[in-house]
Amino acid sequence: MKPPPFDYKDPRSLDEAVAVLADCADDGKVLAGGQSLVPLLNFRLAQPAVLVDVNRVAELAYLRRREGKLQIGALCRQARLEQSPVAQESCGLLGDALKLVAHQQIRNRGTVGGSAAHADPAAELPVAFACLDARFKARSKRGERVIDARDFFVTHLTTSLEPDELLTEVEVPELPANHGHAFEEYSRRHGDFALGGAAVLVMRNGDGACREARIALLGAADTPLRAREAEQALAGQKIDEDSAREAARVATRDIEPTGDIHGSSSYRKRLIEAMVRRAIVKAAA
Amino acid sequence: MTERRVSIEINGTTYDREIEPRLLLSDFIRHEAGLTGTHVGCEHGVCGACTVQMDGEPVRSCLMLAVQAEGHSLRTVEDLAAEDGTLHPLQQAFHEEHALQCGFCTPGFLMSLEPLLADARDFDDTQVREALAGNLCRCTGYQNIVTATQLAARRMAGAEDAA
Repeated sequence: MKPPPFDYKDPRSLDEAVAVLADCADDGKVLAGGQSLVPLLNFRLAQPAVLVDVNRVAELAYLRRREGKLQIGALCRQARLEQSPVAQESCGLLGDALKLVAHQQIRNRGTVGGSAAHADPAAELPVAFACLDARFKARSKRGERVIDARDFFVTHLTTSLEPDELLTEVEVPELPANHGHAFEEYSRRHGDFALGGAAVLVMRNGDGACREARIALLGAADTPLRAREAEQALAGQKIDEDSAREAARVATRDIEPTGDIHGSSSYRKRLIEAMVRRAIVKAAA
Repeated sequence: MTERRVSIEINGTTYDREIEPRLLLSDFIRHEAGLTGTHVGCEHGVCGACTVQMDGEPVRSCLMLAVQAEGHSLRTVEDLAAEDGTLHPLQQAFHEEHALQCGFCTPGFLMSLEPLLADARDFDDTQVREALAGNLCRCTGYQNIVTATQLAARRMAGAEDAA
């Protein structure tokens, strides 16, 4: 229940951090807020040779609005994003999601970039980012690249970041002022990992009908999953109980969630369907 | 393992120690600083017993390395009561309202709830429950903890009105 020995590096700048990572080859692990990694170290499920602690890289702690985009530095704490009026105004879905992330003590320390890079399919932020069509900026000594959400999440706890790459920013395009948003999930206790959930965005036409809908599922697969067929089915429709129910059915028709002691696969599938329906109705309200 | 020299400030006192980077903050507080009021329960961030305040915000000390605390200001349960032993209003209210039984989880609850009282005097039970949701107590059923927090808030507001 104590972390195994590791070589500890705490770079003070982004340049230094990517240089350290380049030197680590495959043996380095980035430590950000530590709310997922430190338990893994304590259980010795993770035993990295080198721990690269980026908490002193102050230049990655920003949160800013620029050219129609919300730019979230990888080291921005979840609590700061949750409390930010700018984020609430431009990306309300992030606030919906963050309320469901563990507890205040965890969000005070946990980072936005850390949650994204950890890529737990039962975590809320990755699902919100998939729904928001976020883009992920990665830096290495080789340069910078930008990765779309659909390419970023590869599988359970795995992203497309290379071992020498550091996630530096999550960029979220702002949505029109009159859009609706909702994040619905079910967990046995508040703050626990959810058994299933869904994030929904609804962009409306002048007449109130749905111009564009986006649906992302939590706990449905080994990554956040966009339900694109159901999104298309909602486009141009007036959203009511019936159309929401049908879209939720389509969204979850082909999913096969992993069952475990907390809920079978078929239970989770029906649960996620219910969460999608509720989130659509709430986002359209 | 290369040891590191660190200076860590807890409750206004600076502790200079030579430590391994893998030493958890919770263990530094208990074994290096000798402040055993901070309790270690699950040691993986679930129970909240080890909650301390870093720069005024509650955090899990079992999910931080001690070396990460350098340059920050830490506060533990030992700092709540006055030097003459007078309990903090929150501690006094916990005592009166039976908000603890075995007491193992209590330091974590106090450090999670105290910032709520520092920030505001009028909050509803839902806000108290949200603030304590990350702390587990197997004795009380939580209701008395909520009651005690509200009592402390009323008393602190009353003291301010009188002043």
